[in-house]
Amino acid sequence: MADAPLLELRGITKRFPGVVANDHVDFDLAQGEVHALLGENGAGKSTLMSILYGLYHPDEGEIRLNGKPLRIDSPRAAIDSGIGMVHQHFMLIPVMTVAENIVLGVEPSSGPFLDLEAAEERVRDLSEQFGLAVRPDARIDSISVGMQQRVEILKALYRGADILILDEPTAVLTPQEAGELFAIVRSLQAEGKSIIFITHKLGEVLAISDRITVLRRGKTIETVPRAGATVEGLAKLMVGREVLLRVDKKPAEPGEPLLIVEDLQVLDSRGLECVRGMSFEVRAGEIVGIAGVDGNGQSELIEAITGLRRPESGRITVRGRDLTGKGARDCLEGGVGHIPEDRQVRGLVLDFSLAENIALHDFREPPDSKWGWLFPKRIAARAKKLLAEFDVRGGGPQTPAAALSGGNQQKVVVAREISRDPSILIAAQPTRGLDVGAIEFVHQRLVAEQDEGRGIMLVSFELEEILSLSDRILVVFEGRIVAEYGRDVSEEELGFAMTGGRGEEAA
Amino acid sequence: MAYEPRTSTTEAVGEWFSSRIGGVLVPIAATVLAFLIGGLVVAITGHNPITAYKAIFAGTGLNWFFPWVTGETREAAANDLQQTLILMAPLILTALAVAFAFRCGLFNIGGQGQYWIGFAAALFVGSHLEGLSRPLHILLALAASIVAGAVWGGIAGLLKATVGAHEVITTIMLNWIAIFGLTYAYEIGGPLQGPQESIPRSDEIFESAELWPIWGSLPSLHAGLFIALFALVVYGVILNRTTLGFEVRAVGFNPEAARYSGISVAKNYFLAMAIAGAFAGLAGSVDLLGFKFSVDVGDFGTNFIAFTGIAVALLGRTKPVGILFAALLFAALEVGTSTRQLDPEVFEPALAVDLATMIQALVIFFVGAELLIVYIWRARSLVRRGSAAQPEGSP
Repeated sequence: MADAPLLELRGITKRFPGVVANDHVDFDLAQGEVHALLGENGAGKSTLMSILYGLYHPDEGEIRLNGKPLRIDSPRAAIDSGIGMVHQHFMLIPVMTVAENIVLGVEPSSGPFLDLEAAEERVRDLSEQFGLAVRPDARIDSISVGMQQRVEILKALYRGADILILDEPTAVLTPQEAGELFAIVRSLQAEGKSIIFITHKLGEVLAISDRITVLRRGKTIETVPRAGATVEGLAKLMVGREVLLRVDKKPAEPGEPLLIVEDLQVLDSRGLECVRGMSFEVRAGEIVGIAGVDGNGQSELIEAITGLRRPESGRITVRGRDLTGKGARDCLEGGVGHIPEDRQVRGLVLDFSLAENIALHDFREPPDSKWGWLFPKRIAARAKKLLAEFDVRGGGPQTPAAALSGGNQQKVVVAREISRDPSILIAAQPTRGLDVGAIEFVHQRLVAEQDEGRGIMLVSFELEEILSLSDRILVVFEGRIVAEYGRDVSEEELGFAMTGGRGEEAA
Repeated sequence: MAYEPRTSTTEAVGEWFSSRIGGVLVPIAATVLAFLIGGLVVAITGHNPITAYKAIFAGTGLNWFFPWVTGETREAAANDLQQTLILMAPLILTALAVAFAFRCGLFNIGGQGQYWIGFAAALFVGSHLEGLSRPLHILLALAASIVAGAVWGGIAGLLKATVGAHEVITTIMLNWIAIFGLTYAYEIGGPLQGPQESIPRSDEIFESAELWPIWGSLPSLHAGLFIALFALVVYGVILNRTTLGFEVRAVGFNPEAARYSGISVAKNYFLAMAIAGAFAGLAGSVDLLGFKFSVDVGDFGTNFIAFTGIAVALLGRTKPVGILFAALLFAALEVGTSTRQLDPEVFEPALAVDLATMIQALVIFFVGAELLIVYIWRARSLVRRGSAAQPEGSP
């Protein structure tokens, strides 16, 4: 580690109405290091980096670059100082090519004309230098998310960035793509770039960084070198208490089959067959994990079971009741609970209050309503009870859902689904984007519901999650179940099956 | 670790406060800004903006509420105020037609067509059924306009629900179908033309269908205002106290989440447009039974009150109280600048009407540009804070 840091942030304080997002935060970055910024959602990581990138102005504190004070009042100024940022949500124009996106705003020209060839040339050079393997003439909408992220990295490099801020870069990536990203980060480091890696995933931190700074509730808790850091230790720093990273789970005692899916075929929105003859069952008191890379029919399978998509053929029964081709309402009433993949798109009405969100499935029936007349007080009272039971923080029944953090939003969804006492609970990516504390909560709750005798179908792209929770694991690939495993399968074996390699023959 | 209730409650209160105040502040700021710019334009035309606004205010009749206004001025003020309040009723109702659809995520531009269809239905009932008692005749006419308006709005809703035809397009087309259809019906030789062969004018409604006059005579303020106020209450109750309203709002905010909760998005599109149409249709009958009593074909091409209703709904932010005050503002503006009310010595009437239109447009512009106002606001406070917290060593 170099003695004089390249970049120093000293005593950065940023207040928003009602919150101190950053409270005298210190952070420094050495030349050529990968420095992870670790913290739960809402710990102030993004605010700090937005200050560094000139999107916010700090109320107090200073930024020093190479020992000299620096005033960054716009992203432009940040870029001029050699600071580049890759946001979690990409800012690319889908119909333009890679090269066009990269040079946007700083187009090379010959006379009045855009010199696209020069641009492509330069992009190709950069791409080769850092091992990015990006084709400059490909259109953005024709390349994968992982590639798009590389384009964002190239955009920063093209503008001369020496310091790269990567904001939760793996959130949108598949495990394979994440592995490739790590290789890129190392090659950037080898070329002398310094990298700030924002994340709340502990495994990543240990895999990639040289030093780790932990933020909690807007304060710098500690900066530790990677050597000697452990997942448990970091989790404790981050959450402020001991965290159970692996769920304690009794062996399942499966009872009667609750959900039976027989030879199900479903088309996707483009009319292509994407669930091609799946058959399986979920029994009372077991968690069945559906493992697979995104886009192998998981979403359509869930939509068919929950009545959001009509299957082409096959049969779906819940507790002996045929729900094939029934609507969402029949499925809800037939005992299917559903924690949807995207809580903000499907799980919640963000402009509704928490009480209204909790009533979302039940508002048609007493006690919420009678003869079409709502009873807001009863709805609020029920919500209040559930919010306390599920430890939802950051608001009461009348708070709009949008005001809550992701973890608390997810708790609201979980509370609603479980409170309806479903026979079958479908949990799709139930911990996506959540921090350690919230993940722990959701996992414990799922196991508790299993112990209550519900059947749980867990769909996740995170192998770790599947492995730690499931009693049985079904691997889906290209719309079929290609393998079935018990609890004891290894991550490697599972990963192999997910990419289409055969493990044991499907049941 | 124990969680910190203090942070979260202050946060929640701050959230609530800013959303409440922010909700009222922007429309008010937009209105003030619109009047300021309007005043600037008045000054440019070589008039004194303050006297002009004073005259307009006097023209609205709102000075009636001042206890020191007495004698002849008070009588004139009463007359003006009656006109303002008469105009308020259809503005509230057409605004509700926009607002209700809006809460379901739909933009109902078809208020004008729904207004005329409701108007025509009430006119038919009012002029064709004879010998009914007054309350019954009025009720029947009002009911006819509600049903007719609902059908007209419902057509657009049905098209949206079944084939996905965009409601903006279909409602605009339905406006013109209504206008041209009715023009044909009442024009010279048309099937519904009134008794005078040479005049393109409808029959008059029977006296038994006229809404009760309440105040004044020029024309008098009629019971329509109470119908509109009642409709405002109904609107609030449907939205907030019924499962129907719950569904409509869920669909309006997030159709995907609504569908996932077993709510039929298509059904709600249809219902929301039908109910919206019912409000606009009621606006038509209130005008007819209150003071118009018949219609001249020329009216179809010149009366665009439902478009002002869109502005009222937007300024009122689709909230009942907001719509009430926005309707009062727009009605007052219209009446205060009309040729009859404004003193020509102070400000030429021709200019005054333009001024009213301009202020209305500016209000809408600024409400629409809410983001811009919020942005300017933030930038201002940023600059202030930024300069205070300037790090040492910087220029």
